[in-house]
Amino acid sequence: MRTETRAALLLIAPAMVLIGFFFFAPVIAGFLLSLTDFDLYTIGNPHNLRLVGLRNYRDLLGSSIFWTALGNTLYFALVGGPLTVIVSLAAALLVNAKLARWKPFFRTVYFVPVVTSLVAVSIVFKYLYHPRFGVLNRALAAVGIEGPDWLGDPRWAMFSIILLAVWRGFGYTMIIFIAGLQNIPEELYEAARIDGAGPLRQFRHITLPMLGPTFLFVGIVTAIGQLQIFGEPYVMTRGGPLNRTLTAVMLMYEQGFRWWRMGYAASVAFVLFLIIGATTLVQMRLKRERS
Amino acid sequence: MFLTCTGHKDNREVLTFWSLGSEGEQVSLLIPEFERRNPEVRVVVQQIPWTAAHEKLLTAYVGESTPDVAQMGNTWIPEFVAMRALADVANVMPPEDYFPGIWATNVVAGTVYGIPWYVDTRVLFYRSDILAKAGFPDGPRTWAQWRVAMQRIRQQHLSRYAILLPTNEWEPIVMLALSNHSTLLDPAGTRGEFRQPPFATAFAWYAETFRDGYAPAFSNTQIANLYQQFAQGDFAMYITGPWNVGEFRKRLPAELQDKWATAPLPAPDASQPMGISMAGGSSLVIFKDTKHRAAAEKLIRFLSQPEQQVRFFELTGDLPARRAAWTAPALTREPRFPAFREQLEHVAPLPKVPEWEQIATAILDRGEAAARGAASVSSALNALDARADGLLEKRRWMLARERSAISDQRSAAAPASSLLLAGR
Repeated sequence: MRTETRAALLLIAPAMVLIGFFFFAPVIAGFLLSLTDFDLYTIGNPHNLRLVGLRNYRDLLGSSIFWTALGNTLYFALVGGPLTVIVSLAAALLVNAKLARWKPFFRTVYFVPVVTSLVAVSIVFKYLYHPRFGVLNRALAAVGIEGPDWLGDPRWAMFSIILLAVWRGFGYTMIIFIAGLQNIPEELYEAARIDGAGPLRQFRHITLPMLGPTFLFVGIVTAIGQLQIFGEPYVMTRGGPLNRTLTAVMLMYEQGFRWWRMGYAASVAFVLFLIIGATTLVQMRLKRERS
Repeated sequence: MFLTCTGHKDNREVLTFWSLGSEGEQVSLLIPEFERRNPEVRVVVQQIPWTAAHEKLLTAYVGESTPDVAQMGNTWIPEFVAMRALADVANVMPPEDYFPGIWATNVVAGTVYGIPWYVDTRVLFYRSDILAKAGFPDGPRTWAQWRVAMQRIRQQHLSRYAILLPTNEWEPIVMLALSNHSTLLDPAGTRGEFRQPPFATAFAWYAETFRDGYAPAFSNTQIANLYQQFAQGDFAMYITGPWNVGEFRKRLPAELQDKWATAPLPAPDASQPMGISMAGGSSLVIFKDTKHRAAAEKLIRFLSQPEQQVRFFELTGDLPARRAAWTAPALTREPRFPAFREQLEHVAPLPKVPEWEQIATAILDRGEAAARGAASVSSALNALDARADGLLEKRRWMLARERSAISDQRSAAAPASSLLLAGR
């Protein structure tokens, strides 16, 4: 072995050991757990553990509650994801505009929700959303609209949570977009202006294509985050009303730590892992085809 | 220096006691008296919020850091017995002075795992002025009378809805079923009995209450202010527990204070004195791994003395588990408590299987669907039995294995079987 290779291996060894120990080992253990029926009875007596093969997966795919949870999660990601991207891109453009003043101030203001405590924010939003005494419905009533029961009405509950999640999360992606915008060379815009392109065409033909890699990164990070949504519904609705805000991770938590059905919960985790992996692959494939 | 240190050292035996919610806060006030009577013991009370308690107790057991004594919701006991976390406490207190239904919640397969600390059950709260106009000033006694009262309230517009049965509670459905002598599960706790007539009749009665418009399909979260709405006459009846006696007294306007009352749950027919409610409340348990068994027993005996039970009631409003404590003036003065006292003699434990809470969640889910008209009664009952049978599959497997182990060889090495006779 060449000394360079050996040195390289030596240098990455600590990181690999850590990754192996804290990532691969738990993933493998989780997968093995998902092939058993580990539950309360097993804690009492290890002889009550059975290897059940893929039964947890079969039960999971056959249970309506799993599909409900998955549907809710996808709804959350498909509405919340694009919404986050649009809002954060708009905010990035505004904050990055030449005419804008107080740029650092606005950047900070938009970023603040990201670093707030999820639980505190969720509780505050619960008050804002209160059907009778909440600020939101008071404001709507002032302009003559009768607001819905945001968290209590099955049709609105998930959307209300999406609004909170977008508000809380867009600052982070905005910062990434700002970095992307600042990487676009000014000469391109100058050339476009000389050729007579207006602001809209500049945006379509320079800004959007140049932000391509940023979009990919933001898309993947947002999708991964949103498919794992847990905290907001856990604090605000506990999955209700009528399970409309029950998400895949909430289902996993309930099965694992409430009912202590660890084998079953592990299978939820693994299915979610596959879905997130597939989503990421699809996004990368789409990106590669386009470029 | 060494000498001074030992001089200050606390040589008392340390007993950890996990107590939940406001009980945890209030019980600290009883501890000094216990420590005075038992100078060799120091009690460390840890307060745990109710919302986190179940997960914390489970995790503590799995992580081998359980307390010596803990307060435990009595419906959780079967789960901890299944994990073999609890010690037999039959020797701590004799059962005679306890309500039989409540005591039974602590017994799994013939072994006593908890001593009732305080009790909880639900009765019918009603607007006595409205029910008097409907012809039942003392509350309905049977389901037939109950229905007539609802009809009259609706026809004469005495209140907007006759009764509030929040759709996010499974308890009303289960109380109707218990009253109708449903055991919910088979005796070994291996299959659901939801399609059997006792449960099916009660479930249909529940669904009809919504179908005929006597109860609104509201969840508790949609009720902004229960007390205000009860005072306004949005509904005339509500099934709830002792904590609401204090709340109703505090929150209902003064002019309504003599217009509400409590009554035991109505019976399905006149052959029974009253319906059967749920045996709720908390017990005191000793964890198996304790090294302070004798001190733990002393603490439980102390907290079970009638005078401590009365003091605890005065501090928390939790109803005493000992009949002997019920003669205290604090309890006899309030006219709404006798209904609870009567009801407590007619309470039944829920099925003692760890899967119960999940089955209850299914009852809630299907009950809500039936109440909203999204599912028929028969399809809801089919779904309930299917769900319960699925959840209880492991118990059937364990029972079958145990039976074959016993028939194969009457060996002493056969796996301990106590868990499986856990039904009732």
